[in-house]
Amino acid sequence: MAEQIKVIVFALGNEEYGIDVDKVRTIERMMPITRVPKTFSFIKGVINLRGVVIPVIDLRGRFNLVETEYTDQTRIIIVAVGDMEVGFIVDAANDVVDLDRDNIDSPPEVVGGVKAKYLDGVAKVGEDRLLIMLNLAEVLNRGEVAHLEQLED
Amino acid sequence: MDMNQYLSMFIDESNDHLQSLNEKMLELEASPEDISIVQVIFRSAHTLKGMAATMGFEDLAALTHQMENVLDLVRNDKLKMQNFIFDTLFKSLDALEAMVQDITQGGEGKADVSTIVASLQAIVRGETPGAAAETPSGSAPNAEAQPSGPAISKEQVQLDEFQHSILEQSLAAGHRVLFIEVSIREDCQLKAARAYMVFDLLERSGEVVKSYPTVQEIEQEKFDRSFSLYFITEKNPDELRTMILNLSEIEDAKLVSIDSDTLAQLGEAIKAQEEAGAVEAPAAVAEAVPAEPAAAEEKAVQGDKQPAATKKVVAAPSRTIRVDIERLDVLMNLFSELLIDRVRLEQLATEIKSQELTESVEHMGRVSSDLQNIVMKLRMVAIDTVFNRFPRMVRDLAKSLGKKLDLVITGAETELDRTVIDEIGDPLVHLLRNSVDHGIESIAERVAAGKPETGTVNLRAFHSGNHVFIEIQDDGKGIDRSKVLASAIKKGVVTEDESRSMTDEQVYQLLFAPGFSTAEKISDISGRGVGLDVVKSKIASLGGHVAVTSTLGEGTLFSVQLPLTLSIISAMMIRLGSEKYAIPLSSIVETGIIRKNQVRNVHGSKLIPYRDAHIPLMSLSRFFDAPDFNEDDEDETEIVVIRKGDRMAALAIDSFIGQNEIVIKNLGKYLPQVQGISGATILGDGQVALILDPNALIK
Repeated sequence: MAEQIKVIVFALGNEEYGIDVDKVRTIERMMPITRVPKTFSFIKGVINLRGVVIPVIDLRGRFNLVETEYTDQTRIIIVAVGDMEVGFIVDAANDVVDLDRDNIDSPPEVVGGVKAKYLDGVAKVGEDRLLIMLNLAEVLNRGEVAHLEQLED
Repeated sequence: MDMNQYLSMFIDESNDHLQSLNEKMLELEASPEDISIVQVIFRSAHTLKGMAATMGFEDLAALTHQMENVLDLVRNDKLKMQNFIFDTLFKSLDALEAMVQDITQGGEGKADVSTIVASLQAIVRGETPGAAAETPSGSAPNAEAQPSGPAISKEQVQLDEFQHSILEQSLAAGHRVLFIEVSIREDCQLKAARAYMVFDLLERSGEVVKSYPTVQEIEQEKFDRSFSLYFITEKNPDELRTMILNLSEIEDAKLVSIDSDTLAQLGEAIKAQEEAGAVEAPAAVAEAVPAEPAAAEEKAVQGDKQPAATKKVVAAPSRTIRVDIERLDVLMNLFSELLIDRVRLEQLATEIKSQELTESVEHMGRVSSDLQNIVMKLRMVAIDTVFNRFPRMVRDLAKSLGKKLDLVITGAETELDRTVIDEIGDPLVHLLRNSVDHGIESIAERVAAGKPETGTVNLRAFHSGNHVFIEIQDDGKGIDRSKVLASAIKKGVVTEDESRSMTDEQVYQLLFAPGFSTAEKISDISGRGVGLDVVKSKIASLGGHVAVTSTLGEGTLFSVQLPLTLSIISAMMIRLGSEKYAIPLSSIVETGIIRKNQVRNVHGSKLIPYRDAHIPLMSLSRFFDAPDFNEDDEDETEIVVIRKGDRMAALAIDSFIGQNEIVIKNLGKYLPQVQGISGATILGDGQVALILDPNALIK
């Protein structure tokens, strides 16, 4: 029997993405964000999550997609990878699905404008639903962030 | 001792019981006929007695026992409460309180309660206060005076019934029963070992029935110079005495034969004690009878012990507990949350303007600052934990360099926040190595300079205000200004022009510049040009700074200044348009307002007059790309003058919010180091405000 995983589903543009539920701490509605100057534009700032200061990044900006206005549907997904906690601003988050690991295929070069290296694979849910699984470690890779920093300078 | 874990519980409960005893006694005094109150008092006293006895506080138990006896008569209507009974009971309560207090402070809860016990006993016997109160001390020894036989009255060994019957039987069987008192020479180093030899010797020729102090206590050397014992043997006392005296370091041995008569008298003593109602109390009284020098000495020793125990905090191991450092961190975090809520409440209170709310919030503010002090203290660690590895390190270092030197450490008990302690070790190692390697001269040089061969490095730690200073001072050759400058110019750290106008302090600070080394000879220990700059940045990251003073030929002093704590600071909250920032109060010199026409442009940078000089005016809004504020739009601008070392700068801001205690939080691991920002804090409204790093703003 293949391994079953639970996945949080969120929307970014026209695509649906998935993050392993074990990596997600909470999902929050939009809240006031304190801007942190002198950093990347996709880092929107920091929030106070029950006494802990957590940096928040706009996932659209991180993937070089067009950033949009925040709506009622906008959510902040707080993920924890290793000892790092980061909030992702996404267009919407409203589903949890069970997934067979076997059903995750390796990703094509680019999906919905997101480079393959940020992705773990693409999973088929039901008949016509495609779920793009994020590779969190790569999304939060600080080495790459540092590299970006140099480019911006 | 296993009881330790229960001790705090015991102290708490005892205090509760004493409190309720006091209250109920007062109630009873108001209505002496109310037996139900007596019942409550009796139960409290009974519980207290049980606890005290379990914990081994015998004096406490003995006294409560006597109180119980009195109360028992009262509740059974055999005794009417009268004033003198109240007085005695209250006195007993005071004595109990004193004993519990002593236990709280790490003492053994011992007290001379014979007077009170005697008065209580007198009450039980139905005596009037006159007789009992006038001869309180007289009645106590009475109990013991009668049975004391002529020879044995001297000793303080208490036989129980069982031991008594053994002696009786031994006598009946024709053995000799001896009472032996052995004293050991004053200069004896291993008293316990000598005592053991005596016991060993005696046990080969008979049987030791009872000894005072007990064998265990003697083994642990818990006796003064003499001990006494009952001994059954068939040998001649004189022969035994010679044998004992033949052991080295034995000063004297007194042997007294006991016959059946004296034994019978002893037996009466035992019975008399039991009749007196309490086993413990008269025993204590008996010990107090100064019948013989040895006994008096024994008592003196006990008397000595008590103040010693109260004086030495060391004697109170039960008063400290080990706590997992993580729990302290959790406590600290929780307290931080509380502080944030407090700020929020204060804000709400000013908005709502309710008198009652404001008052209770103010009270909460006071309580929370006390709490803050305590939580901070909990995290304090003596710097000794860092210093203690230095003597060895310095010794090895001096050896390998062929130098002679003393490391003198003072103030090792100075306490610092654990976070600082964890970090400060390496920088101090660097500075010490530097002093030993570069500061202290070789023996030949020292002799040539007319100094003692042995150099001295002083390592000092002390508190001053909200800071801790750690100083490393050597009596070495000092820093040669011209050498430092020459080296700095060669390495391009400063230009020759600049060097002329530099103060000594500025020159010394060059030592901390990256890639700087003055040592002519590169050694293993230091002098590779790495080290001091690392030291400086490490200390800066701890919010401290390091200063150098030096006299050529006489020595150098490195002074490291560190904040007491890193997690909560006082800060000035300011506004920059819609954004709020915190500036650590420690780096603010003053605040003010400046008019636009006072600002001068010099070479593209803005300067403002400040006191007798001009200082640069920095635009925070531009530095941080503030979205909705620009001081250029204003005719008058609020400024904050900040300082880093002896350099100052003014920051143009929008407006002041006020001064606050803020809890420092980091920005999260994901964010790279942000220039000009040292951390974040959570405001009363739940929003996050960034904390400015003035050190990064002044270049």
